[in-house]
Amino acid sequence: MTGLIEVRDLVKHFESRSGWFQTPKKVHALNGVSFDVATGETLALVGESGSGKTTAGRTVLRLIDADQGSVRFDGIDVLGADRRALKALRRRIQIVFQDPYGSLDPRMTVGASVAEGIEIHRLLAKPAIGPRVAELLSEVGLDPSAAAKYPHEFSGGQRQRIGIARALAVDPAFIVLDEPVSALDVSVQAQVLNLLLDLQQSRGLSYLFIAHDLSVVRAVAHRIAVMYYGRIVEQGPRDEVLERPRHPYTTALISAIPVPDPTTQRTRIVLPGDPPSPTVHPPGCPFASRCFHPAKNQRCATDRPELVAHGASLVACHHA
Amino acid sequence: MTPLLRVEKLKITFPKGTGHSVPVDGVSFSIDRGERVALVGESGSGKSLTSLALLRLVPEPGRIAPETSIQLDGIDIMGLKGEALRALRGGRIGLVFQDPMTSLNPVLTVGYQVKEAVTAHHSMPAGQAKDRTIGLLEEVGIPDPIARYRAYPHELSGGLRQRVMIAIALGGEPDLLVADEPTTALDVTVQAQILELLDGLRTKRNMALLLITHDLGVVAERTDRVMVMYAGQLVETAPTRTLFAAPGHPYTQALLRSMPRLTGPITRLPQIMGAVPQPYAWPAGCRFHPRCEHCIDACTSQAPPWRSAGPEQEAKCWVVEGRAP
Repeated sequence: MTGLIEVRDLVKHFESRSGWFQTPKKVHALNGVSFDVATGETLALVGESGSGKTTAGRTVLRLIDADQGSVRFDGIDVLGADRRALKALRRRIQIVFQDPYGSLDPRMTVGASVAEGIEIHRLLAKPAIGPRVAELLSEVGLDPSAAAKYPHEFSGGQRQRIGIARALAVDPAFIVLDEPVSALDVSVQAQVLNLLLDLQQSRGLSYLFIAHDLSVVRAVAHRIAVMYYGRIVEQGPRDEVLERPRHPYTTALISAIPVPDPTTQRTRIVLPGDPPSPTVHPPGCPFASRCFHPAKNQRCATDRPELVAHGASLVACHHA
Repeated sequence: MTPLLRVEKLKITFPKGTGHSVPVDGVSFSIDRGERVALVGESGSGKSLTSLALLRLVPEPGRIAPETSIQLDGIDIMGLKGEALRALRGGRIGLVFQDPMTSLNPVLTVGYQVKEAVTAHHSMPAGQAKDRTIGLLEEVGIPDPIARYRAYPHELSGGLRQRVMIAIALGGEPDLLVADEPTTALDVTVQAQILELLDGLRTKRNMALLLITHDLGVVAERTDRVMVMYAGQLVETAPTRTLFAAPGHPYTQALLRSMPRLTGPITRLPQIMGAVPQPYAWPAGCRFHPRCEHCIDACTSQAPPWRSAGPEQEAKCWVVEGRAP
């Protein structure tokens, strides 16, 4: 399958120093991540903190430089792009951040924030910018009068709408959504999720939806990739992954989510321990130390499982 | 049976300009011994301030209004001063906060901090205090507690730090454990461990648990009774099963409908219009009326009364219809 975005074997290691005189530790944020996102499609990248999902999203935009691997957008090499090519690419690829409080400049009016991309890329003549900003604000469900106000005058949900309008301003084809609703109140989450779905419909957008909450992901994603320890351990169509998970970590992650229905009695898998520290590099399956699979054996501790096709999914487990 | 905790007309005010904002406005409830109660609300609903008020920890310049009454097992908490107030905090009532990193002292060992909580409420010889501390660390599921006694908070993972916080809260042998979003900062697989731990400890020690959360999934699985808070007031209380089966208040109904779920048909999520109001500008009448789809004339001008919505279920609403028991 060819995607609008094709990501292959991304590797990113950071160095982290815990003290002045200590040798730096290697943090393996991405250990060979590959995925595609087709036009009009949403791929959800799901994982716990430290799984590498945020690093993956930022590497695709070159907000972080990858050590190895390739990213192609519409056939164009993103990681090898020079300054000019990169600027052109950033008109097509945008990002919306988690924190609607930290991601808007508090000293800029909302109108100026939304117009910034249009001005940088010289998409419109000056007199046309104001009306365009008004259009964009209405498109995300805000009153055009918002343009003259400052971010602090808005609630979290409204600020997230402003962030979305800002991303839409340059007319992108692909948007990385980095935990776009996890800082929002439950009653506002649905508004923003519905807005994202509507925009995808009307503009044919592709999304990389980075999230930790599988219930939210279920509402918006076409396909799901589950990350653990800098790798994708399972990837497939939404219902396949959620209803027939094949990797024990996916099973545990789904089972750990509290269900808002006191009448369902579920058998909960409570995983022992914490997600592994990304500075430790076990030779075998990174999930082996917490794994509950009955067939778990010596091979899991020594042999790293690769992603293998099982039905419509790809799964990295010796016993899938 | 008299309840363990009884809160009446809790009102908290903060100076705002020339007037006041009232983030908690007339909250009354009670909790029985050993009961698991959830206080649910969104940000700004006043749920955290309510929990802090139980320990008289409302941050300056906030004030608890004089008409408020808080009684724990016959003790008038509003009348406590000095030593008696310190004995209550971490003694009869234990408190677990959301963020274990900022609540622990980074320059003191874990053992020191837990031992401090143990000896603050029960004086005992040093050796015995250390044994009790290690016993507590073990009870909250910290592996290798003797070694971890000497560890500093930054050497522990988020999940282990939250276990240390729980050990500290248990140090004074509380009758009531107040847990304010105890798992919100944790990963979902670690959250499951901590909730399991809290539940086990509560049963074993017959403590009451007041769980403050915005996560309705956690509420459904871990509590017996729910109190829903909106805009500084309680709007519904019900047994947990009843609340999820037949929510009475339109806010609760809308909240449950708008939640994305892991099961059932995937449809467009019904959304609640508008945003949570701010404490200095509560709407007149019913505070939910600007966002409510059942709003009638009375809702816009008069505060609604509590009405029965079902067995042991009450909602503060003009339009709620009671169901026959």
